[in-house]
Amino acid sequence: MSPNDVAIRVERLSKRYRIGLQEERHHTLVGTVLRLAAQPVRNLRRLRNLTAFGDDEQDAEDIIWALKDVSFEVKRGEVVGVIGRNGAGKSTILKILSRITYPTDGMVEISGRVGSLLEVGTGFHPELTGRENVYLNGTLLGMRKAEVDRKFDEIIEFSGVAKFIDTPVKRYSSGMKVRLAFSVAAHLDPEILLVDEVLAVGDVGFQKKCLGKIRDVAQEGRTVLFVSHAMQAVRNLCDRTLYVESGKLVSDGPTHAVIRNYLTGGDVRRTVRAWHDAGSRPGDEMFKLKAVKILDGNGTSLPIFRTSESIRIQIEFDLGELIPELGVGFDLLSADGAMLFRSYHYDDEPEKWPKLALGHNCLECVIPPCMLNGGEYVIRLCVLQQDVKWILNGSPEIAFEVEFDHARSPFYFKLRRGVIAPVLQWHAVPHGQSATDSVSPI
Amino acid sequence: MTTIIDPSKRQSWLDLREIWDYRDLFVFLVWRDIKTRYAQSVLGIGWAIIQPLFSMVVFTVVFGNMAKISSDGVPYAVFSFAALVPWTYFSGAVTSAGGSMLTARHIITKVYFPRIIVPLVAVIAKLWDFAIALVILFGMMAYFGFAPTPRALLLPAITLVMILTASGFGMWLTALALQYRDIQYSLAFGVQLLMYASPVVYSVSMVPERFRLLYNLNPMAGVIEAFRCVLLGTNPIPWQALAVGASVALLLSLSGGAYFISMERRFADVA
Repeated sequence: MSPNDVAIRVERLSKRYRIGLQEERHHTLVGTVLRLAAQPVRNLRRLRNLTAFGDDEQDAEDIIWALKDVSFEVKRGEVVGVIGRNGAGKSTILKILSRITYPTDGMVEISGRVGSLLEVGTGFHPELTGRENVYLNGTLLGMRKAEVDRKFDEIIEFSGVAKFIDTPVKRYSSGMKVRLAFSVAAHLDPEILLVDEVLAVGDVGFQKKCLGKIRDVAQEGRTVLFVSHAMQAVRNLCDRTLYVESGKLVSDGPTHAVIRNYLTGGDVRRTVRAWHDAGSRPGDEMFKLKAVKILDGNGTSLPIFRTSESIRIQIEFDLGELIPELGVGFDLLSADGAMLFRSYHYDDEPEKWPKLALGHNCLECVIPPCMLNGGEYVIRLCVLQQDVKWILNGSPEIAFEVEFDHARSPFYFKLRRGVIAPVLQWHAVPHGQSATDSVSPI
Repeated sequence: MTTIIDPSKRQSWLDLREIWDYRDLFVFLVWRDIKTRYAQSVLGIGWAIIQPLFSMVVFTVVFGNMAKISSDGVPYAVFSFAALVPWTYFSGAVTSAGGSMLTARHIITKVYFPRIIVPLVAVIAKLWDFAIALVILFGMMAYFGFAPTPRALLLPAITLVMILTASGFGMWLTALALQYRDIQYSLAFGVQLLMYASPVVYSVSMVPERFRLLYNLNPMAGVIEAFRCVLLGTNPIPWQALAVGASVALLLSLSGGAYFISMERRFADVA
């Protein structure tokens, strides 16, 4: 690979921030007065220290490393996703690449014009009209006026707010503002595009349009670095993905594998979570969660489950009190956050409810075989006192992966779209006969 | 085009070419500043005149009529207004530059551009108010019967020194204000103090000769005195004061620019 093929080279990049620490307090009047008198000196030191770091302070307790020794390369024309939890350092990477903030250590080499979309509508002024804001925002993003002139009609056309282009932006709906702002940014024509979560805004239709635009940019052979929480978007756009955790690059590889790693936390046994220390158990004095397990038909925990087998979800907990209106259940979501269903132990008629006892309980719910599709799913715990309060509302959550293997047809061999993949019964209906007669009850 | 981003401080300080590349942004920001400053206000641009005009009235009553301060033989009203026009520009430009980075905080944490544009835009945008006040001053001169002389041709050069002074102060204060909010609080009253160190309400002739050199280290002293001499013909043109003032202003601007750029990389972190 010739060096010309590398668009972004990041080498041992580190970024350090100083966080505020609670000051020691004095409880005496004299102590308080003295502290107040010395306050300006202390403030000066603190403010100076915001940006000054001594060499001996590598691990002082008020220092956090937003990034630590991150290295990667992005080739020209590659579309790379960056995923990770909040505060993992994703945005810091983008901010350094777009020269908003500078690294503490390490270096970045970028070949080509960079366009960064860390937020849409930066610098929009409410008193100015749409037209005026397009020019202002365009030049702010690094365009020349002549360039905005040339692309102006295209920008307006894409945004769909042509009718209001001479209206002050403060009269726009938030959706219109976002559309106009994204439209400017999308016409920046950079060789390297850095995108951060812009798709979190706007309606679904416009989000699709944005993704389409980013895909176009990618297909024109330009380089894209895409930071997002939306796994589906990352999967659709990026062939390769970086997974950042606590300022470190945890994995770097094909998107599918990296997302799986992210969802399982890199630890297969995460499909079994137990809280051994009584003090740390989620819940309240009435209900204390001890463990959540996702197991296969044989009761074992697997790195990847199979759709041809049932999947058992076990919830272990302690009850301090027996109340009839307690509901224990979970939400099942696809990895993109789409909700499949919610299920509680008391969903059936009361005679069939499992019996709960004081002290230890273990409830099991079985997801039948041949229902889920291949992919990642997430279980979120929901426990409530009916009509009174939530005890657990959507957390903790556990991710698990399922491999699609339940189709028996020679023509149904690959993954189909859809969050579930049931194999349904099909019948030929004889001429003149009503369909319902021939369907056998399940 | 390859960009290297690393923590080293050996940056091409004052990457003039890059600032030049962003000249359109500079123009748009100045224009935005002017257009939105008095948006949705009844008096609009009238606010640009009210401040120096009311100050003039108060000064004329207090210093001209009650304290009977010498005004070098011209009516006190026009004497003080000729000083208030450059002084209002200076105080407005410096105050607005000092707060400019804080106002632009949401932009500088989201997009890159040469940050030095921000305080300079504030300094340049205030020229609009200055121009309008200048028109009022010309009107007053006509009313009091001051005809323009060839000396008025020096006005652009004096204005340049004035802008340079405001830029120098502006860049220093902006860079400091982002990390130390004290600057913001002390700005208004600091500017007020500086007014008494400039010949706004009194004449330079009242300053003892032996303190003159020290006095002239304040570039606005030379600028204001020169304004009066050039427009009202009160005294001979203060070449020495102007030369000292211009040198100090240049020094302030260069050091302010250098300090600003040395701090620039940290702005997004402390903003």
